[in-house]
Amino acid sequence: MITCPTAAELQTALDAFDRRDGPPDGRHVFLTRVADNARALLAREAALRETAEAEETERLSTLLGADGDFRELNRHLCQALRSGAIAPRDPALLAHLRATAIARIAVDQPSYCGLEALLDA
Amino acid sequence: MDVAAALARLAPRLSPSATTAVNARRLSGGASLETWAFDLDDGTPLILRRRPDGAAPRETAPGLAVEAALIVAAARTGAPVPVVVHVCEPDDGLGEAFVMRRLEGETLGKRIVRDAAFDDVRPGLAWRCGHVLAQIHAAPMADLPPLATSDARGELARYEEIYRQMDAERPVFEAAFRWLEAAAPDPVAPVLVHGDFRNGNLMIHPEGGLVGVLDWELAHLGDPAEDLGWICVNSWRFGAWRRPVGGFGDYQALLDGYAEAGGREIPLARLQIWQALGSLKWGVMCLMMYASFANGTDPSIERAMIGRRVSETEIDLVRLMETMA
Repeated sequence: MITCPTAAELQTALDAFDRRDGPPDGRHVFLTRVADNARALLAREAALRETAEAEETERLSTLLGADGDFRELNRHLCQALRSGAIAPRDPALLAHLRATAIARIAVDQPSYCGLEALLDA
Repeated sequence: MDVAAALARLAPRLSPSATTAVNARRLSGGASLETWAFDLDDGTPLILRRRPDGAAPRETAPGLAVEAALIVAAARTGAPVPVVVHVCEPDDGLGEAFVMRRLEGETLGKRIVRDAAFDDVRPGLAWRCGHVLAQIHAAPMADLPPLATSDARGELARYEEIYRQMDAERPVFEAAFRWLEAAAPDPVAPVLVHGDFRNGNLMIHPEGGLVGVLDWELAHLGDPAEDLGWICVNSWRFGAWRRPVGGFGDYQALLDGYAEAGGREIPLARLQIWQALGSLKWGVMCLMMYASFANGTDPSIERAMIGRRVSETEIDLVRLMETMA
């Protein structure tokens, strides 16, 4: 589940923007561009989310040696990191974080240069 | 509020030969602070920075009058900054605001990093940024308004607390907090830190290079390496990730400019810890801006979308956790 914001929240903000007539100033031009980006993001998320979430859940399950849904397992991982049960630069952890970061950026911002940098490393 | 009308009334106080203000226009950008460009009828180009009606000041920010005082103090160090013309009073009818001279140049990182117009100044820009940061960091304490002091551990603790309040469950951030807590550099004698020295807040002229350091709202006292690390955060490299300093220069050029202007020695490793801390901070700031959408404070599409920039900081943090010593 991709949050902060969820796709539904994003759609709500987009609908509100589309309903409003702003003055044609610099701010409105800027927001129009942001809205176009939001529409493209939602299209990518619709295409990619299901697979990405299934794969992330499976990785979490292997990493933690536990079963559960995505939310439970992800919370479990956060708690293990916070308590120190898993070290922050543990190789198996970093492999999971790398795969997750790559899947997220494919939805949120596929042209972000940090992806190329990560794959180059 | 009619900003244009208030500026027209204020005009004679901004320049003795002016009778009114013209061409007032809001520049694109953030919702926590408005920036207006306008001219006086005698031709003086000016900028108004003001807190929007009803907007709460940034929690840790010192306010616009303090920002104006900092710009004046920075000017005395020789650092390039705009000339402050007027700090607004309640009778001006503009709320919390100040007026400064408008500089010619470009702040958009994408253009500075890519446009041919900046080909000539780009090679010297990282060195120049180091030079200017050393000037800022040398500001005498006696010249400064009261400011908060922070260090790496303090910054981490503050941003972790904010992150906890949001209940966001981001494993990359959990790992990065623990990693950086263990790797955080020990405090040094604090200096004036700009706090937001990066593309977007640097006015770059195609011939003059760095002609103005803008947006002093996050200035504080702290570790000089904070400013050097912040401009190397990948989020402001605009595609040019192989050039760590703002997408236009190398670490060594930044550090050389800093040392040659009398800045104290800063090891690259210390700078990079602050760079990683910068990515983490920017990620938490994106979450905070999303939170202002989620709680209805600012329901704009901009605030919603910035939450999806958290993943850019996550991918950068993963790379740093994989590759740093």
